[in-house]
Amino acid sequence: MKFNDTITGAALLALALTILQTVMQYPVIPGQNIGPGAFPGLLAVLLAVCAVLLIIKGLKAKSHEAWVEIGGWVKSWFHLRNFLITVFGLLFYIYFSDRLGFLICATLLVGVMMWALEVRAKLIVPIAVITSLVIHFIFYKGLRVPLPWGILAPFQW
Amino acid sequence: MTTAVLIQAFWLVFDPYVLLVILCSAIFGLFVGAIPGLSATMATALLVPITFFMPPVPAIAAIVTATAMAIFSGDIPGALLRIPGTPASAAYTDEAYQMTLKGQAEIALGAGLVFSAIGGLFGTLVMILFSPGLAEIALKFSSFEYFWLVVLGLAGAVFIGNTSVLKACISLLLGLLIACIGLENPAALPRFTFGMNELMSGVELIPMMVGMFAVSELLRYITNLDPPPMIVNKNIGNIFAGMWDLLKKYRWALVRGSALGTIIGIQPGSGADMASWLSYAMSKKFSKEPEKFGTGHVEGIVESGAANNSSLAGAWIPAIVFGIPGDSITAIAIGVLYLKNMNPGPMIFVNNPENIYAIFLVFILANIIMVPLGWLTVKLSTKILRVPRNILMPIILLFCIVGSFSINNSVWGVTLILFFGLASFLLEENGFPVAPAILGVVLGTMMEENFVTSMIKSDGDPLVFFTRPIAMWLAASTFIILLWPVGTWAWDKLRSPKIAA
Repeated sequence: MKFNDTITGAALLALALTILQTVMQYPVIPGQNIGPGAFPGLLAVLLAVCAVLLIIKGLKAKSHEAWVEIGGWVKSWFHLRNFLITVFGLLFYIYFSDRLGFLICATLLVGVMMWALEVRAKLIVPIAVITSLVIHFIFYKGLRVPLPWGILAPFQW
Repeated sequence: MTTAVLIQAFWLVFDPYVLLVILCSAIFGLFVGAIPGLSATMATALLVPITFFMPPVPAIAAIVTATAMAIFSGDIPGALLRIPGTPASAAYTDEAYQMTLKGQAEIALGAGLVFSAIGGLFGTLVMILFSPGLAEIALKFSSFEYFWLVVLGLAGAVFIGNTSVLKACISLLLGLLIACIGLENPAALPRFTFGMNELMSGVELIPMMVGMFAVSELLRYITNLDPPPMIVNKNIGNIFAGMWDLLKKYRWALVRGSALGTIIGIQPGSGADMASWLSYAMSKKFSKEPEKFGTGHVEGIVESGAANNSSLAGAWIPAIVFGIPGDSITAIAIGVLYLKNMNPGPMIFVNNPENIYAIFLVFILANIIMVPLGWLTVKLSTKILRVPRNILMPIILLFCIVGSFSINNSVWGVTLILFFGLASFLLEENGFPVAPAILGVVLGTMMEENFVTSMIKSDGDPLVFFTRPIAMWLAASTFIILLWPVGTWAWDKLRSPKIAA
């Protein structure tokens, strides 16, 4: 997913201006000419300058590039699907790990990803279960990280 | 005093637990480096959540050992599959593969191993000789000098070796702005927190780095359209045969490569990758037989194989002396040191010299055990290269999740790896280098603190930044780096009409 430099530049310029507007509202420390907004403000000004240069560079490019160039992987359903599975797998973990527990979420995530990456079917379940159990053992027992139990809480060990 | 400290350091390192950590991280590093698509930086990012639970010395030992091993073992798939295992081997992958085609895989891999170890020891020696002296000078630095030092480091990171200076600059500014998030600024005002409690203490470094260096590489693997590599089935003979003759023949190339690598390492922002490209180019330039380069000639491998390993040690010099990382790996390591309350900087040489000597010892040890363990890895390489990556990648993702969760025992860490994984993937797709951003995040707080302290000390008069003697020199060097591209551009503009006419 490659954006034209002009678009990237415009987005960065908008970001820089938002930051500038935010730091303007920061309180001033009485008797001191340098407040909490000074440093981020300076960075935002520099970012704005760079963004403008990037916009100019994008506009001046000899052969005008496409506004958005879609990478080869987006056109290949297999790769796009796997990309989305990875991202949504992480989101799934973020939202459900507390409720369902680490072991269930981890097994599902690893299993679905291996299925997506075309691991042999009969290997998927054993590997997913064993990996989750081993990592759970190392971190929960070994390093005492309180991984959530979720609905498996009654079987806690 | 020094002997006592040395003995103390010796005991710190030759503790069974530390030795076990070194052995395990060596095996881990060799494995990760040998698998194409998993880099030395990723090895570090994956190790960090584990080191979080260790005392400082084994934590640093794990990172030092794993990276040294990974940078060597990246040569293995380069020679056997023509795919560099880590970006630092890319410069001479073609050369090594040509040697394999000629039936000289043993020499290519042997040279990679032996000269990697020697290069690493060279860099370590430079570090041992120079960092205590530098630290003594650094003790005299005030906020003005530190401010310039950070700016100089960041300028180097942006201007040296990036294809687009403008994009590197933007990447750096984004990193510095991320460092501004949270309460930890001189005025203790919560900035850019969007009302989220999680952001009050700033963005945690470890989940961010796991996201930027592990999750993003995973996404890159998943979206990679290249067909899977062909596995060569080949028995590898004695890789040490003929190494002594190579050592005698190419001793100057070895010294040149190691020295250049160390310098590139010291210079912030560029590490092993750059060291290896530049020294390969230099080797070709100074060689007596430049026409043989690219046809399976070992000279370039000797020189750049030494260079990429020596740069690892070089990168630690500014990291421990000033707290300014020399590459992305030391940027991560500095993050770890801060978590361990072992803030890098010259005071560490005064307060905990035994820890510094322990780091030196670990470097020496790592480069020595690299030879037998590396030999074993080469022997097993055809098996390692067969490890199915489609099983490995989901496991790595799970590891990233647990690792980032364990920093605060909160799912917020997982949110951060997703955000920074996607951000860094998108940035790289659009040609923005990631290394300047990570330096910006690590150095942002230090830069702001020194900037604000200096401004308050000088009553808001910016001229003071240029009047102290050392500060003046640092400022001058910064401006030379900053104005260099402008100068060469103007020079070209002035000259080109005459050439055209």
